[in-house]
Amino acid sequence: MKFTGTFLAAAAALAVGGSAFAGTLDDVKARGQLICGVTTGLAGFAAPDDKGEWQGFDVDVCRAVAAGVFGDPKKVKFVPTTGQSRFPALQSGEVDMLARNTTWTFDRDVKLGFEFTGINFYDGQGFIVRKSLGIKSALELDGASVCVGTGSTTELNLGDFFTANNMSYTPVVYVTADEIRAGYLANRCDAYTTDRSGLAAQRSVFPNPDDHVVLPEVISKEPLGPLVRHGDHQWGDVVRWSLNVMIIAEEKGLTSANVDEKKASTNDPEVKRLLGVEGEYGARLGLSNEWAYNIIKTVGNYAETYERNIGPSTQIALERGVNALWTNGGILYAPPFR
Amino acid sequence: MTDTTMRDFKSDPIVHTPSPSLPPPSSSVGVIGWMRRNLFSSPINTLLTVLGLYLIYLIVPPLFNWAFWNADLAGDSREFCDSGGACWVFVKIRLTQFLYGFYPEAERWRPNLAIGLGLVALVYCLIDGVPWRKWVALFLLVLYPFVTYFLLSGGVFDMPLVETSKWGGLLLTIVIAVTGIVFSFPIGILLALGRRSNMPVVRMLCVGFIEFVRAVPLISVLFMSLVILPLFLPEGVTFDQLLRALIGVTLFSAAYTAETVRGGLQAIPRGQYEAADAMGLSYWKSMRLIVLPQALKVVIPALVSGSIGLFKDTTLVLIIGLTDLLAMVQLAAADTGWIGYVKEGYVFAAALFFVFCFGMSRYSMYLERKLHTGHKR
Repeated sequence: MKFTGTFLAAAAALAVGGSAFAGTLDDVKARGQLICGVTTGLAGFAAPDDKGEWQGFDVDVCRAVAAGVFGDPKKVKFVPTTGQSRFPALQSGEVDMLARNTTWTFDRDVKLGFEFTGINFYDGQGFIVRKSLGIKSALELDGASVCVGTGSTTELNLGDFFTANNMSYTPVVYVTADEIRAGYLANRCDAYTTDRSGLAAQRSVFPNPDDHVVLPEVISKEPLGPLVRHGDHQWGDVVRWSLNVMIIAEEKGLTSANVDEKKASTNDPEVKRLLGVEGEYGARLGLSNEWAYNIIKTVGNYAETYERNIGPSTQIALERGVNALWTNGGILYAPPFR
Repeated sequence: MTDTTMRDFKSDPIVHTPSPSLPPPSSSVGVIGWMRRNLFSSPINTLLTVLGLYLIYLIVPPLFNWAFWNADLAGDSREFCDSGGACWVFVKIRLTQFLYGFYPEAERWRPNLAIGLGLVALVYCLIDGVPWRKWVALFLLVLYPFVTYFLLSGGVFDMPLVETSKWGGLLLTIVIAVTGIVFSFPIGILLALGRRSNMPVVRMLCVGFIEFVRAVPLISVLFMSLVILPLFLPEGVTFDQLLRALIGVTLFSAAYTAETVRGGLQAIPRGQYEAADAMGLSYWKSMRLIVLPQALKVVIPALVSGSIGLFKDTTLVLIIGLTDLLAMVQLAAADTGWIGYVKEGYVFAAALFFVFCFGMSRYSMYLERKLHTGHKR
């Protein structure tokens, strides 16, 4: 794993040195479609549906960018990338952007030469245990056996947490999420740890979800967001503000259903700027002035895509939590549109 | 006492009719006898038999219940999977994705036609004694790859272009495996001949290539094509992912084929080479007419083993973002509608792989018997 990481970093650094990427937006326009790197399947975030159309929370970020550039959220080609192939794919220009549950870290931002263009989901690692254990806090897990996925930051965070709290534990290591779930359900371990979004998704397919409880502790910060290559600031801005548009739209109560009506009737100057009624904001990005309107109209605001893909009414059943707007007790916050 | 009991020996001779021989004890014939001989012949055997039966009892009924008795097939969403057994609804709904990946629905007749054409031509070639067999074989080897390529990717004759990134599922598995097997065979033979060549440069190049490729795992070849290759290409030039995988898989399997064929070449007695030379045949003629036909026949099992291995290795292409059969199963199981049903997908994929690999293995056995012309004593 360590070798792979170093190797990737070296390869990525070489790629940055070897070529100056410019004009991704022009490339995308000329090509007529956006190429977006997503995961090789993560419930609620990216997976093809029964008709073969990609659906998910990350997928909607790609669709928003496509809607902003082309006015059509379907003009995206999705490239499934693994944990190993995602960064080379972005570096080599095979994909225009990544929206694949990637945690924003110092190394990835600085050493690998990427630019994170915002955070679309604040995740964090948590624990799930059987209710019958009678545990209320992760600090009571001393001596527990913990099911965990191998080779990820999850495993490292787990070790850090137990060391920091002077507790001992036995890791029970698996490779895929399905294996971990099977192991936990077969009582091979007392607790199961992964990102809380993943815990929610896995819990939803437990035979008796109510017999299990997610502990309140969040032991790591996992800010997930889209990223692009360093050095192409225009393209970075397009991706950053496509995401921001969805958040601002939620703040302003704009939805795909009411945006037409609001556009005609609103007196809010920020909404007017956003929807292209006033000013030339889209043109400054190299897009049409209708770009934000197109995103809201065809993809929806942040709340809509959240509800559609991972919200309480879906199989994943994730409450908004910290991902609520800052005005609703969360930390989701977009810079003003002016 | 009267003589009434006396026999009339003339009209009623004593004929010795042996009483019919008794059947062998019921414990030594039929089912019971077979079982006594084969299953309960010694205490250890008896113990093993009982243990085996117990294992079968433990495994088979629950498996049967899961796969058939309690399984669900009707319906079109996870709500219909409530019997507690396998949820074949998942496989049913996703079947076309497992088979074709993201290949557009309206264009699926093209892969069907391509594979159907290939199968018909192949089966035709495999039957003995049909007319024009040579021509069909020639079509299969020379024309067919191009026909398939144009059928699948389109862009000609009013067929819309289908990018290779949309090829997936079993279709992609077959494309990679067949390309790898077909192209690696001639390359492998050339490499094997080159390795035994008297020309030092040719020999060293072949040895170097074979040893290098055999020393790295396929997954790192694919990974290098993903990470290293773009560094050497001019900016903006992207190499088709599928093409990279095809080249990687073909070269990789060529190295293994070369070593297999070399084994066959070494098994041919020296006298055969010398006899060919004595007849004044050129190098290529002696290889084509005398040495290779014998050498290849010897290594059929190993060649087919290699092909089967390659067929299964195609699942590694997931690492470079290609969605083969197994990748499609994993992708589908990550859909919120189907979380938790990955088992059914894996069972389905395993069944398909088994059918293909078992088929190859049976054909190789048939081929061995057919070509078995006197090596065996």
